[in-house]
Amino acid sequence: MICRLAKAERRIQSAKAATLAGIDSTNHSEITLMYEQLETAESSDNLRRVAVDPVTRVEGHGKVTLLLDADNHVRQARLHIVEFRGFERFIQGRPYWELPVLVQRLCGICPVSHHLAAAKAIDQLVGVDPENLPPAADKLRRLLHFGQVLQSHSLHFFNLASPDLLFGFDSDVAKRNIIGILQEYPDIGLQGVKMRKYGQEVIRMVSGKRIHGTCAIAGGMNKSLSREERDYLLEDIGQILKWAEQAVALIKKVHCSNLPYYDQFATIRSHYLGLVKSSGALELYHGGIRARDRQGGIILDHQDYCRYNEIIHEQVKSWTYMKFPYLLSLGSEQGWYRVGPLARVNICDRIDTPKAEAARQDFKAHGDEPMIHSTLATHWARLIEVLHCAESIQGLLHDPDVLSQDLLLQGEKRCEGIGVIEAPRGTLFHHYQIDENDIVTKANLIVSTTSNNQAMNESVRQVAATYLDGRELTEPLLNHLEVAIRAYDPCLSCATHALGKMPLQLELVDASGRVIDRLVRESDGMLQRSLADA
Amino acid sequence: MPEPVLVFACGNPSRGDDALAPMLLEQLQNSRAHWPGCEFLMDFQLQIEHALDLQQRDLVLFVDAAMDCRGPFELSLLAPARDNSYTTHAMSPAALLQVYRSITRETPPPGFLLKIGAEKFALGDTLSSHAERNLLQAGQFVESLLKEPDAGVWRQRLALIDA
Repeated sequence: MICRLAKAERRIQSAKAATLAGIDSTNHSEITLMYEQLETAESSDNLRRVAVDPVTRVEGHGKVTLLLDADNHVRQARLHIVEFRGFERFIQGRPYWELPVLVQRLCGICPVSHHLAAAKAIDQLVGVDPENLPPAADKLRRLLHFGQVLQSHSLHFFNLASPDLLFGFDSDVAKRNIIGILQEYPDIGLQGVKMRKYGQEVIRMVSGKRIHGTCAIAGGMNKSLSREERDYLLEDIGQILKWAEQAVALIKKVHCSNLPYYDQFATIRSHYLGLVKSSGALELYHGGIRARDRQGGIILDHQDYCRYNEIIHEQVKSWTYMKFPYLLSLGSEQGWYRVGPLARVNICDRIDTPKAEAARQDFKAHGDEPMIHSTLATHWARLIEVLHCAESIQGLLHDPDVLSQDLLLQGEKRCEGIGVIEAPRGTLFHHYQIDENDIVTKANLIVSTTSNNQAMNESVRQVAATYLDGRELTEPLLNHLEVAIRAYDPCLSCATHALGKMPLQLELVDASGRVIDRLVRESDGMLQRSLADA
Repeated sequence: MPEPVLVFACGNPSRGDDALAPMLLEQLQNSRAHWPGCEFLMDFQLQIEHALDLQQRDLVLFVDAAMDCRGPFELSLLAPARDNSYTTHAMSPAALLQVYRSITRETPPPGFLLKIGAEKFALGDTLSSHAERNLLQAGQFVESLLKEPDAGVWRQRLALIDA
């Protein structure tokens, strides 16, 4: 009801935003690039630079730079991601069977995603295609993956996103964190901690270790669940399922309580890409590539991901080390797309677990268009996936195959393997070539956050143009930029976390490059202001 | 029932000096000495659910690599704190104690942090020579601590160091 009542108001707000940007809101192809003019300023003369470095509550390092003119009008907005480019050096020269363990060390937040993508790739190196994997191995890997997605999404929503959503983007910064949530919404905060813990316990039971598990190996798995392990996980899954349903209801309530704002904030109209089952249903572990355009039309469907090189290319831009993937058939300007929860829920025809499917239908019904483009709706989609994971875990725990010892298959050696999965943040590609001695000679990884690079930049520009233009910069205003980025839950491949290494720094730089003001938030939360020329 | 003493090492073994704490833990577990009453855990980074690992403990020692370490290693007593770290994917030990207090409504167990001096964190790097030397000294120090796993004794040692 709330959603329906707010739709009319939302349409008015959306039209206002489009009019503000000088764009016909009915023409989606023009809206796609509505903030591109802010990627590069015509001239940097007489502009001052504002840097938010690093962006907090995202994994690793991110930096937003804004070039402002004397009247504080935004003339350029960019998100720089300090992406680690050492994957290949780290992997090449190692025997292929080490890969599932080795690649877990690429990232402190989604090691299981890398583990499974690498395992799928090396299955092919030993001549085993995904459809031939023993059913027990396939189901155990899926169970592991559902545990991973559940814990990762839970961490993001409850710990990183809920403070903004429940307190407000411009609420007191001292309260806008998980401690504030635990104090004012203790039940919600505790659910977040316990759902995260449960996902980690699924990983521990399937892999045998809290971290660095070695369960997925070339051609299958090296252990199944014992009855005791299965029963241990069954004890709490009913509660987790209930909390997942409550979380979906909560995000719907939050989103619909201010629908025009939530549907407009940082919103961009993009294409979407991800894996789907052969039936068109949501798929997280193995399927074909589907891409839909911004109006819901199919761009490509059920494509074999082993041909990803013929579907996706990556563009290089001079101002950032991070690449910009795009659909080759549409070209670099029109072919950029989004991946992750919003993309997956948008591209699939259904979800094959009943509660999540009902939630998906509810989600889709709240919009006026075939696709939901609201960037903040990513949180809603993410929690629908949490519900799907909880239902799927429950189903798999009742499947006798997860206790089976028929776990391994070997075929004829091949020299090339490609593994693709839907990681929590989106489609993840692992591609390896080996020599006659089983040593990796070539590796290529496209991580989910790279696929969302253009989309995150577009969202940053939309927020900069809508909320920052012509106003004095304040912490709440800058948090709006971070809220937009955080919706994508970017993982910047930074597992390192040395104490005292990551202050938040805000600098004002004039046209000559001189720092005229600096605000530093140390890792202990202390704020320090210093004038460079003082 | 968990062991009364928890040693929690944070770090990625494949990121240069970030491997310091996991390596120290490995040394302890492989040493001839036995550590009754101690549990050793490690993870890449601390997160909210690790607050549940602190339940029913008498004493907790966090070990981590640090660039701002004064000397080869540095021991400090932790107090629960609402610092900025819980706004990232990794939490500080002090913030974790605060999460513990928030979810249990109880005072957390006495927590100490051992920082080990580090300088390089690139993926695929081995330990720097500087970190190797620090690891040796820090390992001997932790062994001496674990021989007397008592918060009062550790506080006294801290007072002596500060003096």
